[in-house]
Parts: sequence; C-alpha cells; structure tokens
Amino acid sequence: MRDPNQLKEIAREIRLDIVEMLYQAGSGHVGGSLSATDALVALFFGHMHLEPGNACYPDRDFFVLSKGHAAPALYAILARLDFFPREELYTLRQFGSNLQGHPDSKCTPGVEVPTGSLGQGLSVANGLALALKLKNSRQRVYALLGDGEIQEGQIWEAAMTASHYSLDNLTAILDRNRLQIDGHTKEVMSVEPLAAKWEAFGWHTTEVDGHSIPDVLDALQACGSVKGSPSIIIAHTTKGKGVSIFEDQVKFHGVTPTTEEYHQAVKELQSA
Amino acid sequence: MGSFPETVPFPAKESTRVEYGKVLAELGEEHPEIVVLDADLSGSTQTARFAKVFQDRFFNVGIAEQDMMGTAAGLALGGMVPFASTFAIFATGRAWEQIRQTIAYGNLNVKIVASHGGITVGEDGGSHQAIEDLALMRVLPNMAVMVPADGPETRAMVRWAVTYEGPVYIRTSRIPFPVIHDNGYAFELGRGHILREGDDVTLVGLGIMVHQCLAAADLLAKQGISARVLNISCLKPLDWELLVDSARRTGCLVTAEEHVATGGLGSAVSEVLSEFCPTPLRRIGIRDTFGLSGKPDDLLKHFGLTPEDISKAALAVISKKTRP
Repeated sequence: MRDPNQLKEIAREIRLDIVEMLYQAGSGHVGGSLSATDALVALFFGHMHLEPGNACYPDRDFFVLSKGHAAPALYAILARLDFFPREELYTLRQFGSNLQGHPDSKCTPGVEVPTGSLGQGLSVANGLALALKLKNSRQRVYALLGDGEIQEGQIWEAAMTASHYSLDNLTAILDRNRLQIDGHTKEVMSVEPLAAKWEAFGWHTTEVDGHSIPDVLDALQACGSVKGSPSIIIAHTTKGKGVSIFEDQVKFHGVTPTTEEYHQAVKELQSA
Repeated sequence: MGSFPETVPFPAKESTRVEYGKVLAELGEEHPEIVVLDADLSGSTQTARFAKVFQDRFFNVGIAEQDMMGTAAGLALGGMVPFASTFAIFATGRAWEQIRQTIAYGNLNVKIVASHGGITVGEDGGSHQAIEDLALMRVLPNMAVMVPADGPETRAMVRWAVTYEGPVYIRTSRIPFPVIHDNGYAFELGRGHILREGDDVTLVGLGIMVHQCLAAADLLAKQGISARVLNISCLKPLDWELLVDSARRTGCLVTAEEHVATGGLGSAVSEVLSEFCPTPLRRIGIRDTFGLSGKPDDLLKHFGLTPEDISKAALAVISKKTRP
C-alpha cells in the first residue's frame, strides 16, 4: 500500500497524461476518464497485485474496464506500470497505434479484455472469477462500470450470475459521475436507488467519495475480506474531475478540448 | 470412442446434438480445463450429460444468453476451454454482439455449440428456428463455422475444437440424421469432402442437406446423370480448392442448406466461384421468409429442401453449362 499523498500525485500526473493524449488525438472521452482516475490510481497503484514491467505476470490480479471509453485513463496507468513505452500514449487513436480508441486486448499489453460496447465487461469479469475459483487461486478480479452503462440489461444478468456463484473474488467499482452523453442520468434513464439495487441482487455494497484515494483504498481492502458474495464500490465522482472547465459538463463526455481549453487544463493540473 | 460400437449398422440414425452431449461428457474426463455453460436449455442442448458428471465445471447462467457469452469469454481468458450452448437462434441472434465484441474481436478460445439449427426444429415454429445463424457467424472475423452431417462427424468436430485455439461455432440439429461416416473419421479445419464422385454436376451440402444431396444424386443417377456430392461441413474457412476443382470438373453446381439462401453456404460458394472460377450455380435454401410450425418432413417440402428440389435445380443448372 502506497502513501496516499504519493497516490494523489500519481493521479495528478495521470490526469495530465489523459489531457495531453486526448488533445493530441483530437478525439476521445475526457469526462469519464477524469472521473475514474482517482479510483483507478488507488486500485492499480495501491491495491492490485501486479508486477510492473510484466503485463503477463501469471499471479496478477485481473482488471476489466467495462466502461471502455475510459481507455485513456487505463492506458496512462498501464504506461506508468511500464507495460509499454510511455511515448506510445501520444499515438492514441492513430492509425497503426497499439492504443485503439477503445481497449483491445490484441494490441495493448495490460488490457485483459476487449471492451467498448457497454454492459459487457461484468460478465467477462465473472468468467475470470469463476476460472480463478476453479483453480483455487487467490488472484482477484476487478471491474470498472459506468453509471450510464448499468442501463444495459446484461449488467443485471451478470449481477445475478456473480451473486448466484458467490464470486467473492470479484470487486466492481461503479463510477457514479451522474452524467452520460445525452445528459444527466436522472433525466436520460434513472438508475437510482443504486445501492439498494445492488444489495437486492445480493452484492456487498459500499459507497465512497470516489475522489478520496484513502476512502477507495479502505473500501477495496474491506471488499477483499467479504466472503460468499461479490462486492461493489459505488464511487461518487464528478465527471471531468480536476479541470474546472470540464467538471460536471455534459459536453465533455466525448468532446476534446480546444487549444485554449487544453492550455487552461494543463495549467490547472500543473499547479494542483 | 467410449461406448460407441465400432461399426454402425446401416441405416443407423444419430442426432448431432445428442452426440455432442455424449462426446462432451467423454472429453470432460480427458480435459480438466473444459467447462460448459448453458442458458437453461441443458436438456435440449444435451449439455446436461456433462453437467451430471462434472457439476463443478458446469455453469447454468439461467435465461441470459448475452451474459453466457461474456462469462464464457472470461473463463477462456482464465485459461479454461469453455463450451457455451443454447438454441442456435438465441446463441447467434440474442448474443451476436457479445460474440462479436468479446469472443471474436478478442479472438478468444470459446466454443459455441448451438442446437436446434434450421427449420427441422419443427413444431416450435419460426421463432425457434435459426435460419440466419450461419450468415451471422460467417461474417465474424476469427470465427470458424461448421455444421456436422452426422454423429461421427459431430464427435470428430467437437474433439477437434478442443485442440484448436480460437473461437468456433458449431450448429447441431434437433432431429437425428443417417450415419454416413465411420468412427475413424477425422475432422480437418477448412477441408470439404467428396462423398460421391460424378461428372455432370456438383451438389454441395452441409448438415441435413448432405443427406438430401446424396438422395438427389440417386434420383439423378436414374436419369443417367452423375453428380459429385460434397460435404462442406466447415463453412468457414471454406475449402475453395475443392469447390474450384468441382466447378472445373463438373461445370455447374447446386448448393443446399437448411438456412436462408442468402449469407450462408450458397453465398459462400458463390463468392469463391465468382472470383476464381465463374460457373453456373443454383442455390437451394429458404427464400426470404421465416420458418413455420409443422413436422420436419412437411417443412422440408414446404421450403423446397427435398432431394426432388435439388435434382430439379441440378437439371436446370446443367442446361446452363458453358463447358462440356
């Protein structure tokens, strides 16, 4: 477990990477990448069992980015884990790049599962968790879900499966940033009551401030000792977190910053 | 081959779905990495045979085909060899995008063995008769697509699938078919087989239609016409060498499939021949309509999938031959 201040600094640097990557790519999803950054940094650098420099480390924990459009956040983290050269980050979405617009396990070391079409990652995480149980392995599986994503019916099929098969080696994190492309989730399609839904499906459910790295770490730790049921951490977040002009703005789901906005974002993140 | 007799008395019939269930249970013993998933149809798909013996390696996900495909993908990523089964219409229709986005896109080692292909599902009617599954699977990069013509071919195909690293779709059928292969038959990816030699026309079939083609060849023989009959049980990758050779040798072809006449075998053969050896061809298949309830035999007649329909098409296409 790393020092929370150190993790906070990593998160700031990851945010800078995300803004830089997306600005250079000219397209991509900034809002949902920035909202998930703190929870992902806590998970990857403060909790998961991984070996930097070796994406294929056999005893590693698995991660599934079910909300695949947050790929820039994942890529920045994987580069920092030395799974591929950092310079590749700035090839995001370009022809010939190993960093596809959405995660592709065929191209990118550290990407375990191809995702991007929403609602499908939790089922895959379940399958991984079942395989690990069959092998009596202590490895764990983590999945990041979006709050808009859980409008997909398959999520609830998978929620039943995880509970039915007592997948206590699975922890999901739900990035509750309250926005989706067309607007606020409460206006597009209500997802509340969130915690009650997951509890009713048999999940150990906990809610945290998704930007408090110590709180996320504590929740991850607690979920690790739950027996007999899968766990979900509902991480309350702000879309576009860390850059004032992006925060809580529907527009910055999939719109990249202008040159002016980019400079402001970099300035804010550098002085944060 | 376990409890199966060395020689099968003719005209024995075996069901491809039952033989799938049996060989899967055998393979479970030999391969501890095999896991099986079903979506509440394990009695019909015959995966119940595996489930009975290997309870800890069988996962019923309930009536949730999309989740089943994702779960199978995860099991494959975790180093297992998953077989996922349900009716062909639900496997390829309901869960097409899950197959596309995770299994095919990720090139994952998932075996989809779907039962109740085609209109010979019978009484359940059009909602349950997959007549588009081959087209839906054939368009997917990385996916191998196959339809066994009898019990021995089913067993050989499923055994082969375990040794192959990558996604596979196998369609089985509800009703039994005559046994035409012996138990020593070995399946090879991308390889078609000549079941009967002939010079005047080539009849190309898969699944039940292989038997209809053989019967059609008998009808044609009575009229002095000799037909080559091919079993193209592996629809993808396609044995284009055998097809081009047959086109050159016989100068015309008829394809026959228990599937819509678009997107499946007829389309695949037409694609290859129009590029490499343009040859007169007729397609036997279901013509832009859905299935119906009824007895399999009545449905085969109604949809024009009988030996008589094939031989009629053969006579028509022979008259279009541009080469002797």
